[in-house]
Amino acid sequence: MTSPSLLAATANVLRRDLTVAWRRSADVLTPLVFFAIVTSLFPLGVGPEPSLLRTLAPGVLWVAALLSVMLALNRMFANDYADGTLELLALSPHPLSLLVLSKVAAHWVLTGLPLVLISPLLAVQLNLPSEAMGALLLSLLLGTPVLSLIGAVGAALTLGLRGGGVLVSLLVLPLYTPVLIFGAGSVAQAAAGAEIEAYISLLAAFLALTLTFAPWAAAAALRVSLD
Amino acid sequence: MLEVVNLACVRGDRPLFSDLSFALKPGELLHVVGANGTGKTTLLRTLCGLTRQAAGEIRWRGAETRALGDEFRNELAYVGHLNGIQGELTPAENLRAAAGLAGAADPERIDAALETVRLSPYRGFPAKILSQGQKRRLALARLVLLRKPLWILDEPFSALDVASVTLMTQALTGHLADGGMVVLTSHQDFEVEIKNVTYVRLDA
Repeated sequence: MTSPSLLAATANVLRRDLTVAWRRSADVLTPLVFFAIVTSLFPLGVGPEPSLLRTLAPGVLWVAALLSVMLALNRMFANDYADGTLELLALSPHPLSLLVLSKVAAHWVLTGLPLVLISPLLAVQLNLPSEAMGALLLSLLLGTPVLSLIGAVGAALTLGLRGGGVLVSLLVLPLYTPVLIFGAGSVAQAAAGAEIEAYISLLAAFLALTLTFAPWAAAAALRVSLD
Repeated sequence: MLEVVNLACVRGDRPLFSDLSFALKPGELLHVVGANGTGKTTLLRTLCGLTRQAAGEIRWRGAETRALGDEFRNELAYVGHLNGIQGELTPAENLRAAAGLAGAADPERIDAALETVRLSPYRGFPAKILSQGQKRRLALARLVLLRKPLWILDEPFSALDVASVTLMTQALTGHLADGGMVVLTSHQDFEVEIKNVTYVRLDA
């Protein structure tokens, strides 16, 4: 018997999740379209006054990104749970937390990363000054993985429960607030021409913290859900 | 090799069985029998480590399986009620994914495993077009591919036609002849050409 390699196993989980998502592309597009539509609704709702939109832009973009990521959370483990693939993950001879980490990475590549990439386009629509574009991209780039990581714990805890979708929002949204505050804060600061280093450092710290603890917590929650 | 000592399982608040003890040596098959709801699936899931026992010990090569962790799981292949097949992936991709998780297997072995369960004609199609029985065969192909010493099978013959049951019992016989171990539940009749079949009966 060949001894299984951990790196190969995590790469294998990542590749498989991306392949499955590629073949079920509607799942990937839904959060992205949701993000675009929600941000586009604001100019229609509050009126096209440029200065008002400029004030709202950081918050609107960040809240919309946060809700889009949450929209896709159910998908992270639900399909694998339903078809039994999750049992195979739990019974594989590798630390479940690292396999969970590759699932979260796949989830981020499919939801967070596309959001980051189209955010400048939607920011223009909301009249965000060009000085703040860098802050927007950087804050989302650091913040959306945190959203996916925290979301993984929520998704794992509510796995197999009826009405899990609503429950996961209730669990996860309070934990999202620090990310929202510092994410949107950094963009607003940049728009005002102020220094954003402190905000970005805090977001990076959140990322380091959740990277350390979230996969482990999610793996423990998955084992409980599978019991 | 596999030893179960005074095992007790509880589902919800309902005790399923208690003081269950048995041992399994290389080349032996353990057939868990009992009516519906007596805890066969729970017993198998507990042996794998998916479900926690209320009391008792499960030992593998003399050590507690929970303490062994990954070391035990590396020697275990489980096929439960769910097939663990992703409909978007082809049979070959499904097997490659399972192999990548459980330990490397070269591509020729994947083809051979598909050939064994007679799914080669379907290797390029998404697995969702397969029938229930074909999906079951694909799940069982994992066993042939991964060659783990301990097989834990929950109703492996469900949805299989007569020819496929024969095919699977041949695979079981071969595995046992190679010194493997099998724990299974089945309501279907099957014939294994070995004498080392022990029965564990669970009562309501």
